[in-house]
Amino acid sequence: MTQSIIELQGVGKAFRSSDGRERPVLSGVDFTLREGEIVALLGQSGSGKSTLLRIMAGLVPADEGSVRYRGQPLHGPARAISMVFQSFALFPWLTVQQNVELGLEARGVPQAERAVRAEAAIDLIGLAGFEGALPRELSGGMRQRVGIARALVTQPDVLLMDEAFSALDVLTGERLREDILQLWRSGTMPTQAMLVVSHNIEEAVMMADRVLIFASDPGRIRCQLAIQLPQPREADSPQVRALIDEVYALMTAGATRHAAVAGGAPAEQPAPASLTDRLPEADVARMDGLLELLAEPPFGGRADLPPLADATGLTDAELLPLAHAVAQLGLATLEGGDLQITPLGRRYVDGGHRLRQQLFGQQLLAHVPLVAHIRHSLEQEAQGELPEAPFLRLLAEQLGGPQAESVLRTAITWARHGEVFEYDFHTGVMRLPTGDAAAA
Amino acid sequence: MTQPQRREFLARQIVDAPPNRWDWALLPLVLAAIVLLAYGAAQMAQPFHMGDALPLSLDPWQLPYYLLRTTLRMFIALGASLVFACVFAVLAAKYRLAERVLVPLLDILQSIPILGFLSITVTGFIALFPGSLLGVECAAIFAIFTSQAWNMAFSLYQSLRTVPAELQEAARVFQLSGWQRFWRLELPFAMPGLLWNMMMSMSGGWFFVVASEAISVSHQDIKLPGVGSYIALAIEARDLPAIGWAIACMLVAILLYDQFLFRPLVAWADKFRFEEGSADAAPRSWLLDWLRRARATQQVAGWCQRQLGRTLTLFKRSHDGTSIRARPAAPSARAERVWDAVLAAGVLFAIVRLVQFVHTEVGWHEVAHVFTLGGYTLVRVLVLIALAALVWVPIGVWIGMNPRWSGRLQAVAQFLAAFPANLFFPVAVMLVVHWKLNPDIWLSPLMILGTQWYILFNVIAGASSIPNELRLAAQNLGLSGWLQWKRYLLPAVFPSFVTGAITASGGSWNASIVAEYVTWGDTTLQARGLGSYIAQMTATGDFPRIALGIGAMVVFVMGLNHFLWRRLYRLAEDRMHF
Repeated sequence: MTQSIIELQGVGKAFRSSDGRERPVLSGVDFTLREGEIVALLGQSGSGKSTLLRIMAGLVPADEGSVRYRGQPLHGPARAISMVFQSFALFPWLTVQQNVELGLEARGVPQAERAVRAEAAIDLIGLAGFEGALPRELSGGMRQRVGIARALVTQPDVLLMDEAFSALDVLTGERLREDILQLWRSGTMPTQAMLVVSHNIEEAVMMADRVLIFASDPGRIRCQLAIQLPQPREADSPQVRALIDEVYALMTAGATRHAAVAGGAPAEQPAPASLTDRLPEADVARMDGLLELLAEPPFGGRADLPPLADATGLTDAELLPLAHAVAQLGLATLEGGDLQITPLGRRYVDGGHRLRQQLFGQQLLAHVPLVAHIRHSLEQEAQGELPEAPFLRLLAEQLGGPQAESVLRTAITWARHGEVFEYDFHTGVMRLPTGDAAAA
Repeated sequence: MTQPQRREFLARQIVDAPPNRWDWALLPLVLAAIVLLAYGAAQMAQPFHMGDALPLSLDPWQLPYYLLRTTLRMFIALGASLVFACVFAVLAAKYRLAERVLVPLLDILQSIPILGFLSITVTGFIALFPGSLLGVECAAIFAIFTSQAWNMAFSLYQSLRTVPAELQEAARVFQLSGWQRFWRLELPFAMPGLLWNMMMSMSGGWFFVVASEAISVSHQDIKLPGVGSYIALAIEARDLPAIGWAIACMLVAILLYDQFLFRPLVAWADKFRFEEGSADAAPRSWLLDWLRRARATQQVAGWCQRQLGRTLTLFKRSHDGTSIRARPAAPSARAERVWDAVLAAGVLFAIVRLVQFVHTEVGWHEVAHVFTLGGYTLVRVLVLIALAALVWVPIGVWIGMNPRWSGRLQAVAQFLAAFPANLFFPVAVMLVVHWKLNPDIWLSPLMILGTQWYILFNVIAGASSIPNELRLAAQNLGLSGWLQWKRYLLPAVFPSFVTGAITASGGSWNASIVAEYVTWGDTTLQARGLGSYIAQMTATGDFPRIALGIGAMVVFVMGLNHFLWRRLYRLAEDRMHF
């Protein structure tokens, strides 16, 4: 039985909002990181996986539950746990070598030994010759290499990667991933375990021995997938494609609350949508584009998500919210990792600008409770106007300040598109559209 | 080419420090302290027995030596400001309880007129070093210190509070101790802002140097050897050519300072730039390039780096997160409450003493009189800024949109802002006397003479950074006339204008002390206002009234900042940035 390095038991974390209310970000997370494994943590943005990573790194204390490193409780950042950051976190006024030596200098390692170890790490990561360069002279991929060298030079037990490749372009990210996996396989890394947080499904499947899928609100581990494929893995091999498909299905399962509307009669709903549900941050123009692509050959109305991602060139972080959004609005259904356009969706795609606007507005009122509530409240006002503050307060009680703002922004953008209501940025006032206001 | 309109480097009052009820509550405490100092000063006012030992001459060949003395004072003040800034910023950033007192305190100290500091502290310093020149020097250096220290302290404090989260996390993950973090992360991050503020403060400091070397307090007349005293002597002797020589000397001095200090330091600060700004805006300096290549500098710098490195490895963290000592201590609510109670008690006590002081020493009638005078000065400041805006904003926009001229003229405007305008005051006095003008109105432009350039060069910088696409779009749409100004140009330069106006306003209040009470030989002109009140009371040595005048000015400046400038700045931030 391999030893467990990091153990989380019943970990919970709540953030206190400005009005004193507590909003759980994580709850009941049980997780063990064992020696010799790479674990990937997948989830939507805002699901709390970064918070979980920081709790494991000791940067943030957990409100409930226990965090142990090799059996010892963890109160702060440990020497044996290193981290690679999403935006590299290099110190711009230090050279590459000075950046890599940072951890060693902090430990009191003398100058000569530091230089030797740092140069070895820089060589290992493939940046030999760049020791004297400043970070601003390097490209994104090279900067992340410096970040990795800095994390590895202290010979950590555990390496945590916080979306380390999401700030890089696809090609560079893939190369860097390959280099790290090669180092891992070669056995020259003293690191015993790695935890990779990502929202790129392919990256997770290619790297990890175990994939954990994170749910949000509150954050918890929804399910776990063990990957038995041997390394090195081919991105095009059928097993990997099948796994990616399976992960897509797991990630989108239970995400849609509304069954497809067939012929106008509402099917029964599995769980009623709540007013303060999070809205997927989807751009309307992209939703249109996605539906049009879906309706045409070669998809012909039904598509697997991975080929759809390839065809649109969107990353998972961009595609999944779009898929959820069109499903929520009843223009498509999302089940088992497949997106299928509904008859209403077809009418939408075939219609002109006017029809699309009407349908969009109509679906908003039917399927997005927040927009319906705002419209209903506006219709009851004599002037047809309301400030945004009461709605923000309502949302903030459930979601916390910044989340509430982004949900309201999305709702307003959609509502403007569907001409459900208008909004003035400077005054923060929502009002009925001028035509409807006369009728109301 | 430097970019002076960067808002985060804004020197004085415009910092998004959280609104704090202690700001106003602390005011009585500070006013009471001023009164205390005034009392002490009055007690210590003794005749100064060295007026005969200072040989001052109007010979132009003495000017380089006087310039040397003046510059020496500025550098000593600069060193003291740096130390103060470091101590203040670290205390305020790391300890919440200290922050609650220190930040409002700094806000208030910034509002005290610099020459007001001089009036109160000079007798104190003289008493500290009886029978030697040191006391007076200290007073002059202290006055210059106050013109620099508050800006730098605030800038460093702000930088410490806004270190990017990821860098802070990296510092913690890699086990950096507090000492290591300060030298590797926090101070380098704060360098650009600190250096920029330092240079801007020194630029503004020439004005106060000139005014603080010739001290006349309680009928004592003391002149320290320096350019300021030279000018004061020239004014007394009505020697116009000497004034001319002094102006030439200042021109040379500011040029030297610009090339040998300002530009190299600002160019060096680019090394610490955090955001990925445009590389072509990086300032260059021939001196810095030369120094960087010289072997001697490399060796000295290398030696300094090694010594610093030794201390860094020495002060390392002894334990990591797995030890119980890493467990964060719970914040003690009781300590906070005790501290709040102590502060509240202090404030109440101060209010009581202040009311007593006013009642017994100056009388409420005098207070009303002083506040009326303050009102006059306030009207002057606002009207003058409005006039300066009307004149310089269109010119600034025109220059800024013209890339050929903007670089050169912006440097000229910066130069003019640094030049001490009080060199021209005697000329103004002559003109006012000659044409028998009303000093109340015609002495006012002197207040804004030196500070209007801030508006100009900030507007130039703002106009030259209008995005090219916006310019092309406006051209394409054929915007012209009032519509062009209303919809496009004015909103575009509004943030820069506010930045410049804030600095100009602060500078004008400071200048009012020497601009509303001007002499030429034995002719003295006074305008009715708070500045002339303070100057008069300083000359006669009436310490309670000096304190009253300064206190009134603090209230006016703080009020103006809170109710006008902060609001405008927030408006500019929220609605009018690209």
